[in-house]
Amino acid sequence: MSFNINEYYTDISKGDVLLAYKGSITSALINEVLEAVEEKLERGSEEGKTRKKLYNVLVESLQNLYHHIEERHDGIEEQLDPKFGILVIEKANDHEYKVTTGNFVVSSKTKFLKEKIDKINALTKDELKDMYKFILNHQKISAKGGGGLGLVDIARKTGKKMIYNFYPYNDKYVFFDLTILV
Amino acid sequence: MEALIIEGTTKTPNVNFDSTKGVLEIKGRSIPENSIEFYKPLVDWLEEYAQSPASKTQVNVHLEYFNTSSSKCILDVFKKLETIHKNKYEVQINWYYEEDDEDMLEAGEDYESIIRVPFKMIEIVD
Repeated sequence: MSFNINEYYTDISKGDVLLAYKGSITSALINEVLEAVEEKLERGSEEGKTRKKLYNVLVESLQNLYHHIEERHDGIEEQLDPKFGILVIEKANDHEYKVTTGNFVVSSKTKFLKEKIDKINALTKDELKDMYKFILNHQKISAKGGGGLGLVDIARKTGKKMIYNFYPYNDKYVFFDLTILV
Repeated sequence: MEALIIEGTTKTPNVNFDSTKGVLEIKGRSIPENSIEFYKPLVDWLEEYAQSPASKTQVNVHLEYFNTSSSKCILDVFKKLETIHKNKYEVQINWYYEEDDEDMLEAGEDYESIIRVPFKMIEIVD
């Protein structure tokens, strides 16, 4: 059976959801999400350390989406907003949150993404620190504003492995999701 | 030189650069999508300041959050300070972090290991 975005979204928003969104990932949306989450965490008296880590991870994941998302989705039949992405934040355990982002990527990028995440997942804390410092000091910021530090930073701050999936969609696209435990 | 003052927003920090006294303060959150655009005026200002800096330059960085896109721009700011320091002027970077914020402390230590300017890590206790 082929991948269905609505079924997927319903399915992953079943847990103890703090916030779930699907649609355009814009700068204004990022502001709204950050504000809403910050407010909820403060009200829920989550400890400062977890709050900060979650906030940082959210900033990086949302901005990763924002910078890398496809502007158009040629051949995707469902009615999707431009810059379509999904975000689900749920409470996994006491003081532990699960952040999932998803977006359509061109199939040819699959290998690059897989290798990049696998490489980061395989590094120790010290190796991540070295990689972070190397990229910080040696690589220029790309036109997209990223610079390849986002995932390394997430891995460093969470100390946990990132989980990803690629769901085949059509000839041109796959749906890529990334789950981060904070 | 006049002072450079940039008002903070929810995504960008307050910047206050009193070039006569040689005191630069960066305070707040630095999480804009486009950080180059935000930091360019400060980097340009420092470039000009470096021509005839105060005998002592003190930089207070007090960030609650910063994103990875800002991290490179902050490094650019520090590199300008490193040049001033290389030219035999006194430069001191005070890196403030909130109690228990190990990530922010580590971030400061990362910069300290890259930039040849004296750093001071200052913990803020509530």
